[in-house]
Amino acid sequence: MSAADILSLLPMVILAGGILLTLILIALKRSHLLVFISTLTIILAAIIAALLRFNKQPHAIGDIILVDRFGLYYQLLLLSATLAISIFSYIGLERLFPDRRKEEYYLLLMLATLGSAMMVISTHFISLFVSLEILTISLYTLVSYYREREKAIEAGLKYLILAAMSSAFLLFGMALIYAVSGEMSFHGLGAVAAHLNGSSTVMLVAGTGLMIVGVGFKLALVPFHMWAPDVYEGASSPVSAFIATVSKGGVVAFLLHFFIMADLYRFSKVMLALMVIAVLSMLIGNLLALMQNNVKRMLAYSSVAHLGYLLVAFIAGKGMGVQAATFYLTVYVITIIGAFGVISVISSSVDEATEINTFNGLFWRRPFLAALFTIFLLSLAGIPLTAGFIGKYFLLTAGLEKSQWLLAFVLVTGSVIGLFYYLRVIVAMMKTEENNLSVIQSPLAASAGGFLMLTILALLIIGLGVYPGWWIDIVKCL
Amino acid sequence: MILAGLIILLMGCGVLAWLAGRWNNTLPRVISLIGVAVQLLVVVWLWLTHQRGPESGQWIMTYTHSWIPAFGIQVKLSVDGLSLLMIALTAFLGLLSILTSWREINKRVGFFHFNLLFVLAGITGVFLSLDLFLFYFSWEVMLIPMYFLISIWGNENRTYASYKFFLFTQGSGLLMFLSILGLYLIHGQHTGVFTFDYEHLLGTVMAPQTAFLLMLGFVIAFIVKLSTVPFHSWLPDAHTQAPTAGSVILAGLLLKTGAYGLIRFVLPLFPQASHQFAPVAMVLGVVSILYGAKLAFAQTDLKRLIAYISVSHMGFILLGIYAFNEMAMQGVVMQMVAHGISTGALFIIAGTLHERIQTRDIGQMGGLWAKIPKMGAMGLVFIMASLGLPGLGNFVAEFLILTGSFMANQTLTIIAALGLVAATIYALRIMQKVFYGKEQKIWVIADFSIREMCIMITLVIAVVWMGLFPSAVLTVSRPSVLKVIESVADRKAQTREAQLHRRTNRDQKITMTGASLPGHHWNTNPKKAN
Repeated sequence: MSAADILSLLPMVILAGGILLTLILIALKRSHLLVFISTLTIILAAIIAALLRFNKQPHAIGDIILVDRFGLYYQLLLLSATLAISIFSYIGLERLFPDRRKEEYYLLLMLATLGSAMMVISTHFISLFVSLEILTISLYTLVSYYREREKAIEAGLKYLILAAMSSAFLLFGMALIYAVSGEMSFHGLGAVAAHLNGSSTVMLVAGTGLMIVGVGFKLALVPFHMWAPDVYEGASSPVSAFIATVSKGGVVAFLLHFFIMADLYRFSKVMLALMVIAVLSMLIGNLLALMQNNVKRMLAYSSVAHLGYLLVAFIAGKGMGVQAATFYLTVYVITIIGAFGVISVISSSVDEATEINTFNGLFWRRPFLAALFTIFLLSLAGIPLTAGFIGKYFLLTAGLEKSQWLLAFVLVTGSVIGLFYYLRVIVAMMKTEENNLSVIQSPLAASAGGFLMLTILALLIIGLGVYPGWWIDIVKCL
Repeated sequence: MILAGLIILLMGCGVLAWLAGRWNNTLPRVISLIGVAVQLLVVVWLWLTHQRGPESGQWIMTYTHSWIPAFGIQVKLSVDGLSLLMIALTAFLGLLSILTSWREINKRVGFFHFNLLFVLAGITGVFLSLDLFLFYFSWEVMLIPMYFLISIWGNENRTYASYKFFLFTQGSGLLMFLSILGLYLIHGQHTGVFTFDYEHLLGTVMAPQTAFLLMLGFVIAFIVKLSTVPFHSWLPDAHTQAPTAGSVILAGLLLKTGAYGLIRFVLPLFPQASHQFAPVAMVLGVVSILYGAKLAFAQTDLKRLIAYISVSHMGFILLGIYAFNEMAMQGVVMQMVAHGISTGALFIIAGTLHERIQTRDIGQMGGLWAKIPKMGAMGLVFIMASLGLPGLGNFVAEFLILTGSFMANQTLTIIAALGLVAATIYALRIMQKVFYGKEQKIWVIADFSIREMCIMITLVIAVVWMGLFPSAVLTVSRPSVLKVIESVADRKAQTREAQLHRRTNRDQKITMTGASLPGHHWNTNPKKAN
């Protein structure tokens, strides 16, 4: 590896090195605050390194890695998401574990981020698979980190088994593709695939199909969504937010990379399969979310639906489709982190505030927090003045440009169903009867940090909803 | 800039009112009152200075500012006679609704006024937008605060009502959004210019089937808002459960956005498809008139009764719009303003009564005139207005609509006219049950206070003024109405030609869909327009 290679990977190097340093730090002195601060510093340093790199020429390291604006944009998105999540994690950890085992959490968090951030710049099956496994294995532990809690172990095991299975599907798919094309890099595959004849194409499509199954598990798309609600419910809110954003975001970026570089849009059968998955995800995700009384489970199903919306843009493909998917994912990440952040801020001790009736009357007890939560929910529902609306607009335009009227209609239907359950939470918050659940105040500084983060996220959502032009310009020149 | 200022003013005052509500209950009221009063003054100033403005139907004032250039989205606000009338009505009713809720709302006053002003801002945006994206944006902006108004300050069944309101309007609105996007993309692909600008989109060329489908998206959104049967079922619930100010805004303004949308967007954008749709729309209008009237007669809940009166009156609007001639269209504009005022007043009376005797059941009222003569007298005026008594605004409106639509479709108009008879029956029943007759219960009840009398007297003046000098309103709206009629009639000739040509080419046996419309008045139209 040359110096230029390492320089182009600087954000990842900082992150990886930082993980080792933090490990040493923990060995020397166990202090939650210290580890937390060092985590923030490392992630900030990585973000700055990525920002400095952003306007430079794309740099390819063999066939394995390609650092370009697209990859860096996603890296920045994932790193920023982790930054926000670690702040909420701090609040949650202080409450859940008054005395022990708080520090290693951050190692796992950063390791998972490293995996996800590597995935977005991978252009080869090997680098992809390695980074995906780094991500997933860290997540197994994170999901069941609060093992004293009732459902944590169950959630962790469920995630372990299903994620391992999906990795197997992914590997088998890769093997099939390799068998028929002899290529493992996305570029090479694109070049070879153009000259394949009848039976080889079948193998290639079958391989891609198996890979889609694997990816479908990771993204919790219908019909591979069964694990999502249980895992979201069992894991703590920051970890749920992490699964919903950083882990899924990395996979989406990989999928975009893969399909564009290997030019898989040519295979109508693959696209048909994706279309079916998209329609099912939008409808079933929303319908199941409708029946939940637990806010985290509801958000889990709603994120199934949101990934379905995202597929509409994905199916639309190059150009507008990629931009729309990227923009929508950005908005989705901001919003979901905000929503889970509110849950972790208002949660008291071991029991998280997840039942819908714990939110009763929140508007009158803690108006500011409730207003923030309302903004996040409205953005998820895609109501104007919030970024969610612009995102949905972008998706619809991208879909309709390719005349995907069916998908557009399903998206609209899904949004209407979606409104129903988001409104339910908002209505609960507006109820007048007082709720006697006491809200335990967390340490002041951490709580203030959480509030600050939530306020920033809400302002971003409103800002992007009212004046999205500048961000769209960024997304357009990726 | 003034136009954008109007919207920003309302939003700004809304935020201020919310913040002020943390310390004081009166401050938010004063802030919102000032905000809306300023809006009213600006609108009156616009009206007075530009009244004798351009006859050719150009815009009185336009404001354009780029918003999201990547998609060709602008902030484009324009005002012509029609929108001037509508924002005047918005400011006027907005002012009154703040005054009515002065004593009624005592909980979370700040947040209430925040929502109220945001609804008004959204409505103002709808009436001013000439960019379809901005239009949809404003369309949605007015929903959420309205939803909050109903679901927080509403009556006993508010949750159900607010859900229903929201889902109906949001669902139909999204269909409209799909149509807007479809139009945008078709225009873009034809001309290479991707824009949401109304004036650019006006001449979009597309296949008749596509045009019809796109038009349906718009029409569904608008007739849901207009509460046309069979999409009316949200309206009685929402109107009944909303607080007084909410009912006034719902009935007086929100319903009008539907009518405005049909006139401003559907007819000029899809002239040919509108002609195909006209018979259906007119039938729906007539059904609404009669069905609404029948249901109004059957209600025992006072607010619900008034809500069904609205359904009936909105039927006239639909009938008039699809008659495609100047007279009917002028009647529609008149009806929009007059209905806003008369129904608004009725809702204020019903709200005040409800506030004082805690019931809306007219079975429990009766003989109230003796105790509250002022309220009774005011009630009489507005009930007479809504049954269409000559001399008041609604009469002029309904007369013009019926005369105009008689030229377009005689049978339907004759049936629609029966609605006036029904109106007399249901309206007099209110008077009979509430103010006359035997007293059902011994109520201790206060009459209108000075504040409330001021509100009512302003409304009476407005409705009488419109009845006696309708030309004051009609001259303002005339240029815009003529423009709409022209755009429908103009392109009609072309499209019919094109249709004939294509059909003769393809298959001569297919009967023309347009042929079911009586043809004679189309020829007279342009002449009348001049």
